[in-house]
Amino acid sequence: MKSILVIGVTSAIAKEVARNYARQGDSLYVLARAKDRLEQIVEDLRVRGAGAVSSGLLDVCDFDSHIATLDKAFAAMGHIDTVIVAHGTLPDQAACEASAEVALKEIQINATSTVSLLTHLANKLESQGGGTLAVITSVAGDRGRKSNYVYGSAKAMVSVFLEGLRHRLYRKGVNVLDIRPGFVDTPMTKNFAKGLLWAQPETVAAGIVSAVERRKNVVYLPFFWAWIMRAVRNLPDFLFLRTGL
Amino acid sequence: MKLSGWGRYPKVECQPQFPQTGTDVVQLLERGPEGTFIARGLGRSYGDSALAEATLHSAYLDYFRSFDAESGMLRCASGVSLATILEVVVPKGWFLPVTPGTKFVTLGGAVASDVHGKNHHIDGCFSEFVESISVATCRGVVECSRSENTELFRATCGGMGLTGVILEVELRLKRISSSYIESTTIKTQNLSDTVAVLDEYRSATYSVAWIDCLSTGNALGRSLVMLGEHSEEGELHLGSGARLFVPCDMPGILLNGMTMQAFNSIYYHRVTRDHTHSLVHYEPYFYPLDGVRNWNRLYGSAGFLQYQFVIPRDAGMAGMTEILNRLAKSKQGSFLAVLKLFGKENRNHLSFPLGGYTLALDLKYSPEVLALLDELDRIVLDAGGRIYLAKDARMSKMVFQAGYPRWEAFSRLRHEWGAHRVFNSAQSQRLGL
Repeated sequence: MKSILVIGVTSAIAKEVARNYARQGDSLYVLARAKDRLEQIVEDLRVRGAGAVSSGLLDVCDFDSHIATLDKAFAAMGHIDTVIVAHGTLPDQAACEASAEVALKEIQINATSTVSLLTHLANKLESQGGGTLAVITSVAGDRGRKSNYVYGSAKAMVSVFLEGLRHRLYRKGVNVLDIRPGFVDTPMTKNFAKGLLWAQPETVAAGIVSAVERRKNVVYLPFFWAWIMRAVRNLPDFLFLRTGL
Repeated sequence: MKLSGWGRYPKVECQPQFPQTGTDVVQLLERGPEGTFIARGLGRSYGDSALAEATLHSAYLDYFRSFDAESGMLRCASGVSLATILEVVVPKGWFLPVTPGTKFVTLGGAVASDVHGKNHHIDGCFSEFVESISVATCRGVVECSRSENTELFRATCGGMGLTGVILEVELRLKRISSSYIESTTIKTQNLSDTVAVLDEYRSATYSVAWIDCLSTGNALGRSLVMLGEHSEEGELHLGSGARLFVPCDMPGILLNGMTMQAFNSIYYHRVTRDHTHSLVHYEPYFYPLDGVRNWNRLYGSAGFLQYQFVIPRDAGMAGMTEILNRLAKSKQGSFLAVLKLFGKENRNHLSFPLGGYTLALDLKYSPEVLALLDELDRIVLDAGGRIYLAKDARMSKMVFQAGYPRWEAFSRLRHEWGAHRVFNSAQSQRLGL
């Protein structure tokens, strides 16, 4: 039986990841901002077979609260095997272009709040002498595109941060996993027309659990996004700038 | 986006909504949705009962609330599927007290259609095991049961989502000691033989007849009657997932009179002995078609109609013979035709089953099929029967009102709760509710 900490458990992917661990009988500590949905998830995970479920409220933009909230979680769980960091929003690109304030707010939610949490988490796992830090970023971080570069740049920042953390913690037994999902059918993307490239949160969640198990460094989910993004990254500028991507 | 039921006929332009909590649903209702509005689960009703200008999807209302592994009482949000319930409860020795032929329906959908299973003749409909439901009505969230808000309970079970949005359901599960079923298959020669066998074995927990609806003359109504009992032997484990899937629309022409006749004949003659016993997992026993994902695409892009009717026991033989004859003559074969003996009718306003025989047919969509079904409607009504709302895509208001005499009480209740102004599906409009 493992101990899992999930930050942003109300996100569709994180919720499914938590359910996967619950099914295996693992113990969970879940954090989110919306109280009513958090309570729903706690009961749900218990019925689905979780060993023990505790929860706490966390507003990721309240940076000062981070350390106390994490201290409490680590104190309650003792040892934590895996931390899943999943909070985030999908910004309205047009609104970000029109207002620096909106753009910075989105960067705060999707990048700097994560940097703050990861700094604390890395130190905790390091002193614990092991564990996995699994963070959901996005394929959007692989190349800036006009359709969502604010979101993309936030995710790119987290990805590079994770790369460095992985290097630092390599000899400490802590695995750092960067999870880059492609298009996922969630409430966050409900207004998009769905095609063949779209995956269900359940599929992505199963991929995450398996990548944690196999101590991967970077994983694209579903797998074919690795190939798509390789093509997007390698597209020469003179072609790329003409696309509508 | 264009949505349809499982039969993929008709297709309607719908604006989907995805609430994440009961509070979201209440807020949505308070804002007053514009145009017609209906809840939708996994889209397994065949026709137009979950189609409206705005559809409220229960995909994210998928929470378990509580489960007592001692008493078997389970409470979940309405978007939890029967498949997910089985995953959680089977390993603990519990099973669904009533299950339809697919596990890919939501709990809310099962209550709204008051589904039945192969044990209807003994246990009745799904609602018999529902202790309580919470419904988001136009007047807020209301808990209802047999002792509290009884009328709303009776109208909501089988009410096709027309009284409000079902938020949570409390269900009494059934104890099992194995996930296996002792199955017996009995081969019959004709309709009277089939009916006699169904009657003779009416104490069997599960019973259903697969009927070769393309055989004629002396062989009219020949069947494989399938009986089942929960086994005491074997472990409590889950089945495997779907192994096959249909990737895209098949050319509709593949399913024609000839291939249907061949399939039906092979299916019947595959069983060589009069009595066959076997021990099978519940998965293939209850959900044979769940093993093939998107099997509805086999009927081509025009879609298909499922037609299920029931006729009272005393009119049984004559009515059924007339319908089977009419069907065989039309050569509009059905891949799967299922005949079952129902137990007593319950007290819900719009629940389908009544004491008698029910037959379910899949028919590829065509204008001729619509005309054929209008003809069958008349025979069913003359015999004092009715058509199943969860499968219907085309019956007339007149046929509905004649088949469901309690429609007026239902309609009155809708007015009392203000539901008629908000909850309307393409089907309810067609049926004049």
